[in-house]
Amino acid sequence: MTIARFWRETPRRYNLGGSKCTNCGTVYFPPRAVCPECPAHRQTIEKMVPFQLSGEGEVLSYTIVHEPAEGFEMQVPYVLALVKTQEGPVLTGQVVDVSPEEVGIGLKVHATFRKLREEGRAGVIHYGYKFAPTEAPDTAMVPRGPAAVARTDEAPVRDRAPA
Amino acid sequence: MREVAILGIGQTKFGELWDRSFREIGIEAGLHALVDAKLSSTDLDGLYLGNMASGSLIDQEHIAPLILDYAGLGRHHLPAVRVEGGGASGSLALHQGYLAVASGLYDYVVVGGAEKLTDVPDADATQITSATADHEWEGVFGATLPALWALVARRHMHDYGTTREQLAAVSVQDHRMGSKNPHAHFRNQLTIEQVIDAGPIAEPLGVLDCAPFSDGAAAVVLGPLDEARQHTDTPIRIAASQVACDTMALQHRKELTKLEATAIASQRAFAQAHRDPKDVRVAEIHDAYTIGALVSLEDLGFVEKGRAGPEFATGRFGGGGPLTINPSGGLKAQGRPFGAVGVVQAVEIVRQLRGEAKDRQVAGATLGLTHDVGGTGATSVVHLLERAN
Amino acid sequence: MQAGIVSYGAYVPRYRITPAEIGRVWGSDGEAMGQGLNVHRKSVPSPDEDTITISTEALRTALVRGAIDPQQIGAIYVGSESHPYAVKPTATVVAQAVGATPNLTAADFEFACKAGTAAIQTCLGLVGAGMIRYGVAIGTDTSQGAPGDALEYSASAGGAAFVMGRDHIICAVHHTLSYTTDTPDFWRREGQRYPSHGGRFTGEPAYFRHVTECAHRIMEVAGTEPKDYRYVVFHQPNGKFPQRVGKQLGFTDAQMKFGLVTPYIGNTYSGAALLGLANVLDHAGPHERILVVGYGSGAGSDAFDLETTEELAQYDRSFGRPVQYYLDHGVELSYAVYAKYRGKIHMGEA
Repeated sequence: MTIARFWRETPRRYNLGGSKCTNCGTVYFPPRAVCPECPAHRQTIEKMVPFQLSGEGEVLSYTIVHEPAEGFEMQVPYVLALVKTQEGPVLTGQVVDVSPEEVGIGLKVHATFRKLREEGRAGVIHYGYKFAPTEAPDTAMVPRGPAAVARTDEAPVRDRAPA
Repeated sequence: MREVAILGIGQTKFGELWDRSFREIGIEAGLHALVDAKLSSTDLDGLYLGNMASGSLIDQEHIAPLILDYAGLGRHHLPAVRVEGGGASGSLALHQGYLAVASGLYDYVVVGGAEKLTDVPDADATQITSATADHEWEGVFGATLPALWALVARRHMHDYGTTREQLAAVSVQDHRMGSKNPHAHFRNQLTIEQVIDAGPIAEPLGVLDCAPFSDGAAAVVLGPLDEARQHTDTPIRIAASQVACDTMALQHRKELTKLEATAIASQRAFAQAHRDPKDVRVAEIHDAYTIGALVSLEDLGFVEKGRAGPEFATGRFGGGGPLTINPSGGLKAQGRPFGAVGVVQAVEIVRQLRGEAKDRQVAGATLGLTHDVGGTGATSVVHLLERAN
Repeated sequence: MQAGIVSYGAYVPRYRITPAEIGRVWGSDGEAMGQGLNVHRKSVPSPDEDTITISTEALRTALVRGAIDPQQIGAIYVGSESHPYAVKPTATVVAQAVGATPNLTAADFEFACKAGTAAIQTCLGLVGAGMIRYGVAIGTDTSQGAPGDALEYSASAGGAAFVMGRDHIICAVHHTLSYTTDTPDFWRREGQRYPSHGGRFTGEPAYFRHVTECAHRIMEVAGTEPKDYRYVVFHQPNGKFPQRVGKQLGFTDAQMKFGLVTPYIGNTYSGAALLGLANVLDHAGPHERILVVGYGSGAGSDAFDLETTEELAQYDRSFGRPVQYYLDHGVELSYAVYAKYRGKIHMGEA
């Protein structure tokens, strides 16, 4: 059971705690002990300070995953993306609360708090960041009777190559 | 530093080798290479063994002395070292072997690569091989190795207009070449439509855009160039052996669609060999994913950035032109036993440079290149091999 | 009372399923069931959501809206009957996720659907006594009904977080009191997957008796009558019970309108009355009186005599979504996908 290895990262995975080099101002996620940008790396040791990311960003690239990573089986097909945050660092994470067809490069997203995986029915649950569209999706429902809106159980739309 | 030559080569069949154990395939390749090099095992000074994940795949670490032992050399007390760098483990082992002989401390070494991927279920193999990416910041968040390469593909399509068909063309060519390779995991031919319509793995990559999980082993014997003629009429000189690394996670790279490590390793290799990409007649490049082949073609310096899709689709790299790519069938058709890949690439190039490649022969090849990648490009290894006069 | 509500936030998952679809699978007239319960659709959590994630989203919204420094939070209590762990409080994970750790107290509450309102009372006490600066009370559930049971048509997922403090109160608490008895109308034994209930026993001796008694008592203490309140919120296991008890007590449809959310998102159990209150506050102006009467099986009722303040006019709700958004939007699932998401399909694990 990977208790300590996951627990140790909660300030990063729950709270998007990164670091910033006080020498050159570059922001990093995950946090770094040494600044890769500053030419004199060694001088940046102990000059890195904690820096909180806001969670706001946009999609740099994305894919729709059909063969899942361990723990993600119930979510297939899921959208995985590279998200460029406002502060600079790029993060890797799922995009949720969206149909795969709605995701595109440049989509504005923000970080949400979700379950990543669990160690079986009796084990610890691991939580962390995933991304959701910043703009409220228009999925209006009819007030009464069967709702005439997008059903998510249909076969996922095969991604089309760009025109 | 003295010049190093490849004196002998050997490989097993690649594929689902249900009846063969890791030990068996490891020693088979090595013994073939020794026989090919006309080298007695008592003349051997060491073994470098490339392997990515034996611990997770077969519950066995510390595999270099294991292979040495089962090759009958346990009580000869030779040095045996395992080398690991994700999918680039085999090439890294070749690099270490090269350094060992070049330094003069060792004269004759075997460089091997071996991996058994089918002793675990496919889902486990996906998880285990994805550990060559950044587990804590990519894997934990749902990324598999194909998913990460798919992110590269999507961006490459967005930035340069690369199409789904152009990706598929890589697998089609690999399979056409592989159909002539008796060692290949897959010998069937494919069409563009078949590749595009195959089940999705991580869109836009489908099953047929991704190299298979294969078992297999390969080996080469290295020795000093100035003693090579005692062992072979066709010594192949290692003209360059270069390694470059990059950030572990794709998210930290400078450019998503460029494998900086490949570009740097390639530049260093051509500088070391005093050669230029246009001098290369035959190359075995790391096509674990179709997009990887296209991006590598650009970053190795064979085509301009962004142009690999249309250029490859013309077929100019498919034989008969100034540069032929992956005559073995590449990782896609010949197979992908991770730790063996870098070594089998050298085996194929040596065959080509010796003129022994039969109906896969690239005419007049005197300079060949091998290119190996670990993870999503955190390690890249480039070798240039040249027919010695 | 010195302590009052300084901020709030709500969250309901994106997916929905209709009674018609549920009935289709179980051979019942689902549409008629829905009409009988006054439930048009209910919310369904994604496989990666649970009471912890929903509570965190709701509280994050509340903290941003109220510009509250999480390190100033002295207590977090989460009420639910679907805590992800039976032992290890939801509140500890939520506290970490909003940056409130380590200088606070935390615990989980359970009292069926009134665990959230009970948490509010506790926070009012701690804040009012000057022991802490901010206290957080959250009511969230992802409860399930047994497949094919009446409860399956209404049991849903959602939550709301309320922050109690002494400064910049947007909604003052004039009075709170409770009515508690040992009444076995609805329960779940340890280890059981789904709750059991007493059928029609859950009506008059349980919900109606406690809500009515508690409502009478608080209005007696407060010296008020139904007409003194602009809005009223009742616990709402379906869309019919609150309408009936409201009429019995003398409240109008207009007073009940915003507080009644179950018809559009289902019964969010510990979240229900709190989501109703959140919707009222989303629509309310300053100086409006609100009566909240929650109910939890087992059984008990917590009532609150509230009044919005002048500060509500300055309260910035632009962060997070209004409750109305969740009432009006959703993505409909088939029963098959709903069953998959809710873990009702036997996966054959060891």
